[in-house]
Amino acid sequence: MGKYLLRRLLQMIPVFLFATFLIYAMVFLMPGDPIRALFGERSPSASSIAAIRDRYNLDDPFFVQYVKYMLGVLTGDFGTDFRGRAVTDIMTQKIPITVRLAIVAFTMEVLIGIIAGILAAVRKGRFIDNLVLVSTISVISIPIFVIGYMAQLGLAVEMGWFPVAGVTEGFRSYLLPGFVLGSVSLAYVARLTRTSLVENLRADYVRTATSKGMLRRRVIGVHALRNSMIPVVTFLAFDIGSLISGAIITETVFNIPGIGRAVFDAVLQQEGSVVVGLITFLVTVYVVSNLLVDLLYGVLDPRIRYE
Amino acid sequence: MSDQGAAGQHMHEDAVEVIGGETIQAGRAASLWSDAWKQLRRNPMFLVPAGLVLLLMVMAAFPGLFTSIDPRSCTLSDTLGGIPRPSADHWFGLDVQGCDYYSRVIYGARVSVFIGISVTVFALAIAIVLGSVAAFYGGWIDSLISRLTDVWFAIPTILGAIVILTTLGDRVVPIVHWQVKRQGFAQVVLVLIVLGWPQMTRLVRSSVLQAKEADYVDAARVLGASDRRIILRHILPNAITPVIVYSTITVGIIIAAEAALSFLGVGLRLPSISWGIQLSIQPGIIRQNPHLAMFPGVFLSVAVFSFILLGDALRDALDPKLR
Amino acid sequence: MVDSPRSGARASSVVVGSENVGGHPVDPQAPLLAVEDLVVEFNTPGGLIRANDGISYTVNRGETLAILGESGSGKSVSAQAVMGILDIPPARIAGGSVRYRGVELLTLPDDEMREVRGAHIAMIFQDALTALNPVFSVGWQIGEMFRLHTGTSKAEAEKKAIELMDMVRIPSARERVDSYPHEFSGGMRQRVMIAMALALDPEVLIADEPTTALDVTVQAQIMALLDDLQQQSGMGLILITHDLGVVAEVADRVTIMYAGRIAETGTLDEVYANPRHPYTLGLMQSVPRTDQKGMRLDPIKGSPPDMLHVPSGCAFHPRCPLVRERCRNEIPAPQVLGTGRTSACFYHDEVGARAASA
Repeated sequence: MGKYLLRRLLQMIPVFLFATFLIYAMVFLMPGDPIRALFGERSPSASSIAAIRDRYNLDDPFFVQYVKYMLGVLTGDFGTDFRGRAVTDIMTQKIPITVRLAIVAFTMEVLIGIIAGILAAVRKGRFIDNLVLVSTISVISIPIFVIGYMAQLGLAVEMGWFPVAGVTEGFRSYLLPGFVLGSVSLAYVARLTRTSLVENLRADYVRTATSKGMLRRRVIGVHALRNSMIPVVTFLAFDIGSLISGAIITETVFNIPGIGRAVFDAVLQQEGSVVVGLITFLVTVYVVSNLLVDLLYGVLDPRIRYE
Repeated sequence: MSDQGAAGQHMHEDAVEVIGGETIQAGRAASLWSDAWKQLRRNPMFLVPAGLVLLLMVMAAFPGLFTSIDPRSCTLSDTLGGIPRPSADHWFGLDVQGCDYYSRVIYGARVSVFIGISVTVFALAIAIVLGSVAAFYGGWIDSLISRLTDVWFAIPTILGAIVILTTLGDRVVPIVHWQVKRQGFAQVVLVLIVLGWPQMTRLVRSSVLQAKEADYVDAARVLGASDRRIILRHILPNAITPVIVYSTITVGIIIAAEAALSFLGVGLRLPSISWGIQLSIQPGIIRQNPHLAMFPGVFLSVAVFSFILLGDALRDALDPKLR
Repeated sequence: MVDSPRSGARASSVVVGSENVGGHPVDPQAPLLAVEDLVVEFNTPGGLIRANDGISYTVNRGETLAILGESGSGKSVSAQAVMGILDIPPARIAGGSVRYRGVELLTLPDDEMREVRGAHIAMIFQDALTALNPVFSVGWQIGEMFRLHTGTSKAEAEKKAIELMDMVRIPSARERVDSYPHEFSGGMRQRVMIAMALALDPEVLIADEPTTALDVTVQAQIMALLDDLQQQSGMGLILITHDLGVVAEVADRVTIMYAGRIAETGTLDEVYANPRHPYTLGLMQSVPRTDQKGMRLDPIKGSPPDMLHVPSGCAFHPRCPLVRERCRNEIPAPQVLGTGRTSACFYHDEVGARAASA
């Protein structure tokens, strides 16, 4: 299995490089001259411009720029924004916020999603099943910013149960946005759990287990569940990455200064290094979660262990 | 196996199972659809969303059927005393600019449907070509295409869209001419296609792969069928089913994505009429005038909901394993 | 039996000597398993199916009863009804009795029935690959029987699992106890299932098409194994199959089922050499024999009935060479022709004559 993982890792490296190159290309082919933008209305002297161009390698051919940048990344140097602030500083400031948000979202989707899915599967066709099916599809369909608004208006503004925006109130600030962020994933997890469990409950080995004289609770909870969780866990592992990358809408609605908003602002301000730096981080998260999924799959399902 | 001879003619279930419903499946692709149709015709979970989708299309094509008020005839002065709420004259009230909101919401359907369908169609076209090629020829072409889709997946969707839209946005203008009054259509459509094709390509690839491996393909080949015949009559009809289901769902997802982009301010721009733009009004104003968010919100949700449900119903009807 | 690795592993509620099943005393005179007039119905979208329409059979200690019939004849359903593992909606046990050593099982409360399952009556299934849980090792699954019913420790259960795997002749049991079902061949997997079923030394083993999914040579090995194990333990074996040849090897007694009803019952010799039901005769005659080389095969004409629309009267009548008016209108009840010998045909003597002349 180690060999398999190594192979996957090697496969991921070109993916990582290409993805970052693509972003780099898009960002640094941005229209407009960042130098001028930096100086606003003042007219910089030729030497200052030259100095800055040199500092950011802007005179090098494009590909060389990319390589130099990547080499810098490997040593932890993501460059600076045009005001001289290290991108890594921005990252250390913003990343934990988004991560906290993602953790709240993830916890909810795991707990609520899986339990809802199990209940729906075990009581298939009955009220709770239909309730879960309808509510999950509604959540998936309603665009997340609509959900966000409704939650914000309803629970924060009207009812005052949660802070309306920002992250100033500590843990409480993350609850509502976390829930909104995780809502769609929660719906997917619930449906996936339900489908998987229903399918497994029909399997032959369930009949065998029952004929061995065990409690229904054990048949479902140990035998069927263990098989059913395979696709769910792999989805969850993958989702961690998605939550971190996809928080932008939630961050916008709830005014949370996380990575998403940071990228957005940086794009508007034409801060190339910040954009590339943050997105590189996100690409790394994606690659890592991919590998995590592969690892998990091998661990959970003995049938594919030696692929 | 058994030496019971003809007397042991196994009854229905076992025989079909043993032969593998797949051999029968070859000729049955066509009847799979007619069976599915019979089931769908009576299923409310199909009829309701299908009806809604139809309604939406009509609304998009002929908004005049639903409202006679011009969505662009706006009287700003009407909002001076506060934005008017829904009333008998204006069913959805007025918006910030003093336009009749009902007609604006109705006209908003046009953009959503248009973008949803065009993106899906184009992405589907790319996906079918690339996915089939990858699945048929395998080898390095397959690896290349698969790596490409991997790369695309690595880039976070919405953020990627934001970057593309802001960096390449204006550059696309001179290239693509049909760019209705600089409202940003082409960009949004292109971006969504660019971001949507990998997912669909993967799906096409895996379903063609599955169809290719099936026993009935070998059976057909042994019987002397040409490659082209195998592809057209056996592989494609079976491979296309999950793709069709996914496409339907994709339309819904694209509609939601466009709305999200417009909400963030990087999608369509005024004077385009889009639900996403309508929902991107400042939160403060929305808090005071919830009707501004409610109506487009409901329409948007119902639209997405219908497409997704439709796709779900189609999938349940067409999946032979669930019968 | 005292030397077998499983001795002493019985469920705790059973006391050797004056035995109880879940608190009910057993009847030492009663047959091991007695099914009487069992009626099982299924509520399907197409209508009501009577999968078992008043069937009866018995199994005694040390005896192998073969239940022979085609797919859809209801043989597996009756076994599942005995084990109590039918899915109760859509299935419904509409009547009859199932007595294990005199104790009525159909009315037993859940917790007591759970004790019976696995410890007293065990079952093995057709396809071991799907019947075994793919994510747990075989040792874990076999050991589960001990951990569940007798509260043994994990280590102890694994030890016993290895002993059982040895008993069913799985080579290198110690090394393979941690392997997964998909890592075994078909025959080995079936042995694992047998080991699992016999873990607690059950009195009755129900084998539902145990060799159908296996190669012919492996079939023979498995049947020989079952035979040996039965000799060692004296358990009753119910063999459910559609394969006449397999039956001929191991069965003591045979029950033939058709369309949810019993067509004929008797010892192996009686039924095979002297069939008293046209269906049985048809089966015997349809088996290709080497001395028939070059001649046409002789199948039973027609096809098995659609269980949603079972023919009136005798279910076999549309295909029967001896059919009369009475057959169309009246359902023949099994007639007793001798001890343990029945036939559900009005004209069973004529069948005898036909068989003799064939």
